[in-house]
Formats: sequence, structure tokens, C-alpha cells
Amino acid sequence: MSEVTSPKIPVTVLTGYLGAGKTTLLNRILSENHGKKYAVIVNEFGEIGIDNDLIIGADEEVFEMNNGCICCTVRGDLVRIMDGLMKRKGKFDAIIVETTGLADPAPVAQTFFVDEDVQKNARLDAVVTVADAKWLSDRLKDAPEAKNQIAFADVIVLNKTDLVTKPELAEVEARIRGINPYAKLHRTERCSVALADVLDRGAFDLDRILDIEPDFLEADDHDHDHDHDHDHHHHHGHDHHHHGHGLKHYHDEDMQSLSLKTDKPLDPNVFMPWLQNLVQVEGGKILRSKGILAFHDDDDRYVFQGVHMMLEGNHQRKWKDGEPRESRLVFIGRELPEKAIREGFESCIVS
Amino acid sequence: MKEFTPAPDSASIVSVTDRVKPVALGMGVTSVYFLGPRAAFVGGEENVALVDAKGEITTVAVHSGGILSTASDGKRLIMGGDDGKVVALDAKGEVTLLATDPKRRWIDAVALHPDGAFAWSAGKTATVKSGKAEEKSLEVPSTVGGLAFAPKGLRLAIAHYNGATLWFPNMEGSAEFLPWAGSHLGVTFSPDNKFLVTTMHEAALHGWRLADNRHMRMTGYPGRVRSMSWSAGGKGLATSGADTVIIWPFASKDGPMGKEPAMLAPLQARVSVVACHPKNDILAAGYSDGTVLMVRLEDGAEILVRRNGTPPVAAIAWNAKGTLLAFADENGDGGLLEL
Repeated sequence: MSEVTSPKIPVTVLTGYLGAGKTTLLNRILSENHGKKYAVIVNEFGEIGIDNDLIIGADEEVFEMNNGCICCTVRGDLVRIMDGLMKRKGKFDAIIVETTGLADPAPVAQTFFVDEDVQKNARLDAVVTVADAKWLSDRLKDAPEAKNQIAFADVIVLNKTDLVTKPELAEVEARIRGINPYAKLHRTERCSVALADVLDRGAFDLDRILDIEPDFLEADDHDHDHDHDHDHHHHHGHDHHHHGHGLKHYHDEDMQSLSLKTDKPLDPNVFMPWLQNLVQVEGGKILRSKGILAFHDDDDRYVFQGVHMMLEGNHQRKWKDGEPRESRLVFIGRELPEKAIREGFESCIVS
Repeated sequence: MKEFTPAPDSASIVSVTDRVKPVALGMGVTSVYFLGPRAAFVGGEENVALVDAKGEITTVAVHSGGILSTASDGKRLIMGGDDGKVVALDAKGEVTLLATDPKRRWIDAVALHPDGAFAWSAGKTATVKSGKAEEKSLEVPSTVGGLAFAPKGLRLAIAHYNGATLWFPNMEGSAEFLPWAGSHLGVTFSPDNKFLVTTMHEAALHGWRLADNRHMRMTGYPGRVRSMSWSAGGKGLATSGADTVIIWPFASKDGPMGKEPAMLAPLQARVSVVACHPKNDILAAGYSDGTVLMVRLEDGAEILVRRNGTPPVAAIAWNAKGTLLAFADENGDGGLLEL
């Protein structure tokens, strides 16, 4: 009774506040000579200068699922468009969804978690946020949408770096890191980023949670030496590595990340209900969550990720010989109840 | 129907798989209808394949892109495409352009009235064209999910977010809103014009009794309902979405209110498409594993038409007399069964 399945089409969500350069990046992706064909779902027709019969206008119609979960919103138009696009399977290699500047990325991402038909054919690849180096710091103060987009991102394209001074750039980068230390950050002028850095990232692929993020969970970890061989080398000359608080130097008032770690095994019978309850109760505040878990009496590594109240997880692979069996979790969110989360996590450790 | 002779006592299911004429369509298929004597298999994009009883295939180009929506009355097949066009295909294989969206938006839904009027939607706007009368349009609060004409009178049902709108295009100000929270994607009137039923984004149907707009919740599906078919005489509504065919009773004036549906033909696979026989109490069902069964409504007796082990069955239809059954899977491996 096996059902025949075909490979899932990767979907990149392109967000960014008004004027940050989303359309510039989109035009670059479409015009570059990569031999790939993209279907593009845009909110404004006519901004794209490329002739492509697979550019689809969307209305960003967000609606609540009737499942009693108030933050479980999906993009209804996206469900419909994906359904239509799947009739042309084989005519394109990937899909890019551009959101409006004021959009919350969550309903787009959640569409890929909850909709069975969408999930069958497509997979969310990454949320890419284009940010304006000159204006982002201001927007983070006055536009909650901009903060959401940074917090949600897997990849941040910090654009228009030619319009700011070095200290201004360091300032805006640190503000970004204060909200989301885990996203890959690329500094660009006119969005000139290597397309491999924004496309086909596998950021929602449980198997690649670690592979693509060698710094995963380490940005807030003060127990080891920062050897500057990773993404943060942009910060050279800046002082944030020199004191104990690391990136928390630019702690954001209401949006922050929280990382948890233990080298003691977790009890799955305590941890799983705790995590599920946590996202049920606090899911409105938690934008993204990820984790790699070492369970008691379990030779397999367990990985999970989530968007608001939605979680998905799986046993990923055997722990390798010599690999430290550590559990690590990250939450990015708004006004996270840090103390309660830490205490709850501690209670899942097998004593 | 003497061909339908399942033997309930035998260990293995009665099979007519050897009587199926295989049809290799060579394209992804999304639906099938009968136009006169030929089966019209609708491709995912561009083409319709007309197949006669001998299995001979004639391919007709209908759209210059994806084919998003279809409706047929047995005489013609109308289709909406991602090229912004509404086209009709008749039994002779001739294509007529019926309408073009000025902004080349996707034509998400189409509907066909028994008297020849037709309707289509692009975005939030539904448009009706009836005979020589001018086109009439109605904008609903959100994108149209589905369209259906009432069996009597020129009345259109428009499914959208948070309910459905009923509209007499020839009566100004006649739009009536039937609210129900959620996204409504497909819509159908019962043949007796007493009930309206929508398929929802979540795994449920919703219904309204039109006399008093009383609600009918039809839930419990494990997956979204994408296919609905009224049984002969409109006594029941057969639906996909579960690992059995779910048939809601509509014979009484209360419809399915307070009643359990019949559940027939269980398999270890999801029902993907259903088509009720036009005259007898028999239906054909396609499954996500490629199986096609004929099922007798009275006792659930089954006859195997197609074996499992392929992509999901995407299209299934009877001809008007109920003597031919056509079906195809998503990849375009189809068949014709003559009874």
C-alpha cells in the first residue's frame, strides 16, 4: 500500500520592511544566470522587471484555523496558489513568496506546517529578511513588524551598508544580534549576496538544523573561546566579545532569544509534555524554537523546531562516538518568561 | 444493473480489472468529464485529452498554462486557467474563448448552469454571463474559493472566507450572506435545491438548509474533502477525505442534521475522488494508493476496478447513461470501463 511521492519543492519566504530592498533581491534572483526557474508569489504586480509567466499576485489573506488556537493563522491565498502551482509541477524548481513590508512572517510559515496538501508538495526552505542598514535601528524602535521579521529570520540580508558608517553598521548588527543571534547575517550593497546564501538553505529541515548552523546555540554561550572563525567575524574591532554578557550588550527590550543547555540526559516523558505545554501556553510569545535533545536511554539524537504553537520533531540519527551528548534549545520571542522556561527545562533533567 | 454482482461470501474481492481499457494519457491529470461519447481528461496544464470508447486519444490545447478550475454539463466543459482565460470545449473538440480577465489574474473557479449560463471568479470577484445579457459581477469580502449554480433559477453560490454568498445576478441587491467561520473552498447545491454544502479548508464540510439557514456541521474527516458527488436522486452526498467513502444522508427534510453518515469501502488509503452513478445507487471511488472501487450504496459491496500501487487517483467520472466509467491517476495513467 505504498504511496508514491515526489520530491518537495523548496519555498523561500522573503520578508523585509518597506523599502529595505526585497524587490531588488528578487530581481537579482530572477535575472541571475543560474539555470533555475522560480515561481514567484508577490503582493504587488508590476514591481518585478523580469518577464516570467510564473509570477503570481497574492492578496495576503490571513485567516485563523478553526482549531481553537488563536495564533494559528495561515495564508489562505497561499494554500490556493500552491494548489494551482502544483498543476504545473516540473515547470519550476523552487518557489519564492514575497510578503508585504508590514507582514508578519508567521502565517506564511505556519501554512507550511498545518496545511496537509501544501506540506505534501512543498517544504519551507528559509525565511530571508532584507533589512535596511540605515533605517533598521529606527524601525526596530517604532515598527513591531520590523522586529518580528528580524526575530523570525533564518537569513538576514543587511542591505545598503554603503549608506552607513562603520560604527553605525556595528550598532545595527548588534541590535539585530540582540534579537536574533542565530540567523546568518550578510552585509550587502544593492542586495548583492551570493544566491547560495539565501536560497536552498534547508533552515526548516530537521536534518540540517546543525549542518547549516555551525554556530547554532553558541552565540550566547560563554564557556568556550570565541575563535572568530564563524559568522561573527564581521564584528572585529567591536567589544562585545570582551565582556561576560556577549551579545546581550544590545539586549532588546521586548524581543529576545533564550538558549538552554545541559550535558545531562533529559527524561522524554517529562520533557515532551513540558515543551508541548510551553508552546501551548506561551506560543503567542514564542516566534521560533529549535532544539537538539539527548534523551535518557536513547541512542538517537532527537531534533525539533517550532513556529509559535506548532512543533515538529523527530529522531534524527544515532549519536556519534565521542560526540558530546548535550541537549540544546533556543527560543526566540517576545517577553519570554525566562525564569519559568529555565526552571521547567531543569525539571526535565534526569537526576 | 446485472454486471454488479459482488459475492460477499468469497474471500477475495470481485475484480473487473481485466475489463478496463488502459489509457496512457502522458500528462498529469486533475479531473475527467464525459462530453457526449468521449471522456475528456483535463490535464494539469494546457491540454485536454478526449478519449473515445476504443481508447483513441485526441489532444486539444485549451490554455497556455495551468488549468485551475473546471465544470461541465455533459455538453461542454468550461475551464479557467492561470492565463486569465475562461474557455469552453465542446463534444466535437472545438475550443471557444468565453472571457479574459483584464489583469490576467488566475481564474480560480468556474461554474456552469443547465441553461448555458456560466460563471467564473478571479480574486474576490465572481462574474456571471447569461445568454446575450451583459456580464454581471459581484465582489465578495475575500477570495472566492468555489462557485456553484442552483439547480433552479439563475442563482449563484460563492464560497469564500467565513461563509458563502448566495446571489441572483439578475436581481440588484440580492446577495445574501451565509456566515460560518473558516475558509470555504468548494460549494454545491443539493439537486432538490434545499441545501447548500461547502468543503472547508479544515477537514470538514459545512451545510445550510436554505429554507431557514440552519447549520449542518459535517466533521470527523482525517483530511480535507476535495471531492463531493450527489447520489442518484440526491439522496446522499458522497465525499472523499477519509479512509472510507463518507456518505451524508440528505433524503429527509432535515438532511444530515443529527444523523451519522454511511461509511463504505474502507481501505488502508485515503479516498481521493468519488463519483456517484447517475441512475443507480452505486458509486465509484478512487484512493490515494491508486485503487479504484465500485461500491453498492445499499450494502457496501465492492468490486475492484483498479489495483493499488500508483500515485493517487485524481479523476473519476461516469457518462450520463452510467454505462462508462473513466478514471486516471495524478500521473495520467487512466482507464475506461464499459459496463
